[in-house]
Amino acid sequence: MVRLKELPTAELFTSGHRLCAGCGAGTIARMTLKALRGPTVIVNATGCLEVSSTVYPYTSWKVPWVHIAFENAAAVASGIEAAYKALARRNAWEKPVDIIAFAGDGGTFDIGIQAVSGALERGHDFLYICYDNEAYMNTGIQRSGATPHGAATTTSPAGRVIPGKPEFKKDFIGICAAHGIAYAATASPAYWNDYITKVQKGLDAKGPAVVHVFSPCPVGMRHDSDKSMEMARLAVQTRYWPVYEVEKGIYKLNIKVPTPKPVIEFLKLQGRFAHLFQPKFQQEIEVLQHWVDENWRRITSLCKEQ
Amino acid sequence: MSRTVGLTGNEAIAYAAKQSNIDVVAAYPITPQTIMVEAFSEYVHNGEVHTEFVCVESEHSAMSACIGASLTGARVFTASSSQGLALMHEMLYIASGLRCPIVMGVANRALSAPINIHGDHSDMMGSRDCGWIQIYAENVQEAYDWTLQAFRIAEDMKVLLPVAVNIDGWALSFSMERVEVLEDEEVEKLLTTRKPYITIDTEKPITVGALCFTDYYFEVKRQQVEALSESTGVIEAVAKEYEDLSGERYGLIDTYGVEDAEAGILCLGSTAGTAKAVAKNLRSKGKKVAVIKPWVYRPFPTEEIARATENIKALAVLDKACSFGAPYGALCSDVMALLHQNGKELKVFNGIYGLGGRDITPFDVESVFEEALETARTGDIKEPLKFIGVRE
Amino acid sequence: MSDKTKPGWKTIPMGGLLLEPGSAMKYKTGDWRAFRPIVDQNKCTNCLLCWIYCPDASINRLEKFVEVSYDYCKGCGLCARECPVGAITMVEEKR
Repeated sequence: MVRLKELPTAELFTSGHRLCAGCGAGTIARMTLKALRGPTVIVNATGCLEVSSTVYPYTSWKVPWVHIAFENAAAVASGIEAAYKALARRNAWEKPVDIIAFAGDGGTFDIGIQAVSGALERGHDFLYICYDNEAYMNTGIQRSGATPHGAATTTSPAGRVIPGKPEFKKDFIGICAAHGIAYAATASPAYWNDYITKVQKGLDAKGPAVVHVFSPCPVGMRHDSDKSMEMARLAVQTRYWPVYEVEKGIYKLNIKVPTPKPVIEFLKLQGRFAHLFQPKFQQEIEVLQHWVDENWRRITSLCKEQ
Repeated sequence: MSRTVGLTGNEAIAYAAKQSNIDVVAAYPITPQTIMVEAFSEYVHNGEVHTEFVCVESEHSAMSACIGASLTGARVFTASSSQGLALMHEMLYIASGLRCPIVMGVANRALSAPINIHGDHSDMMGSRDCGWIQIYAENVQEAYDWTLQAFRIAEDMKVLLPVAVNIDGWALSFSMERVEVLEDEEVEKLLTTRKPYITIDTEKPITVGALCFTDYYFEVKRQQVEALSESTGVIEAVAKEYEDLSGERYGLIDTYGVEDAEAGILCLGSTAGTAKAVAKNLRSKGKKVAVIKPWVYRPFPTEEIARATENIKALAVLDKACSFGAPYGALCSDVMALLHQNGKELKVFNGIYGLGGRDITPFDVESVFEEALETARTGDIKEPLKFIGVRE
Repeated sequence: MSDKTKPGWKTIPMGGLLLEPGSAMKYKTGDWRAFRPIVDQNKCTNCLLCWIYCPDASINRLEKFVEVSYDYCKGCGLCARECPVGAITMVEEKR
């Protein structure tokens, strides 16, 4: 349990960055840095958060921060972790250091999946946070493996024949859990207490930990900039984004949603789903609702089995 | 003081790395480099080194991890070849752009397609613009010696650039030769613990890898050019120190017979060894031939090659890689550019050889020398670009 | 055409490194906004939800209530939307 008034006032992710007004990633980055427990190094994959926060010669970061490339945040973090171990072994470094890798869904689900899998399998001690805005937002809203069915993106546009993305969202936490890691969890920034607690748990966990957090994007999801947290809340309350954690293989539902709102309440807010409200594509909303229900059933049955 | 041991090229580089107090190795195996990685794993598992060995899942991740580790202040070593080197291509540029003094052993192997596991220079030549210092070893002794020097060169404050030590795949990587190795204490004299310039440091939180728009990118690259330029002086200084320690003489280029030669061959790596043997034989018959072997390909040793070719009338440049669509191979293009700049009258022609590990025999080399001597005599170049050893 | 007032390659730190943490504070994003949040400090209960949600760290925590940092606020309106007591209103910026 975290209390807002007890969180540090120091802003380690400062104002002056170029993220869009209302960007979920900005909120997530600030929240994450409120959860640090000691010296921390951030590895940031190429993406919205990275480019917007470090336009030379300005940087929003007041912690050591490294950006190398798009698909390798987990590999770079592996190298940094190995370096600290080696330095400690020859007594050139004493303090324990936390390593957090930040990457978007692009740098995680698709081009980055190899590096993530390798790092999880090797068991490096670091926290991987995927801020998921459900498309390659930085390069102009192209579809990713995290884009939901039916969403319009520039590479899965709402066309006259094909209404948005035909495929469904990858189960990223399932992939992580399959690596047998100590801690994996989903989160939503609207539930700041749950998110910050999970970052702390991830940092405490021995070995790799993963937090997959929903990151609303006013520009790409085409919702009002002031509705980002409402989006993040509705995602949970419609069961679209189940909030759960997997600790050493044991699933636990963190936010129970006994009376869910229909997913259409979530879709209504977003321009990327607007085309589904045309009569000829309306069945896609049912398809999405069905996916949400099936996904919820799958996750909750995994939770109940323990 | 040194001992003589039998080592293959791969083993020699791995042994030199072992003696260099490496903190982190992140590497992925690929023929013909595998032994470099395997030998090092044995050192780690036998507790002979304090190194943290990261068995990454690809070469791209290998270089990524190496960059992360290097920025943290660790001394880093890795190795690759061919497809692996090509896979980490984007990371090579990042390693040099972020000024990471990583040392990489490259067992040069042909690039697909077709897939071929044997030795040519197409892999490193494909990445020659990546900003790394690139060294080519003629034999296993040089592979050992250059690896040790590489760390000193890379970590010098005026340089701070990654270094690739290239050995011919199969010809050197898997061939056992006599090597005089230094004792650990002597290596320690050469290589003190790395003193990183600036790193990921939780006391001084810097930002590494910022987005540089059109207004700053050019300046950062210009700094790299300067560093490569400065590195020639550092390479020579380290070579001098190494000579005092080991008795082996090094520098930017190696030459044989240039003082009175009329014709010569310029090439990289083990072929120079063959060329020297053939040249020695021809010289005993009164033919004035020379061999010029750049040790360092990047930065290109312009002054040294210009000096070495002062009296020669005809030069055959042998490229062990093909630059498709270009008038000449990469090495030959560089040589011609510098000679043209220096207003030399010297005639140059290019031989592309050894692709996919096709052997170049002493007979082939002798023909090239004869042709160069002919050109020196007549001033005519029969074939500006020829393919040596290919079946028509 | 390069801006001659900016530092050259001999001056800037090597490798594009940024040595000054948080230098983005020199870049004021306040001029992005079309609407500005006004906090009614009498209504504010200091719950700090606006503070934790603001993507731009533009809410400053005072002892009894919050205030907006207009140098950086981009006018997204999240604070006004999320305030549980309606203490924040978005007002159009005057030209």
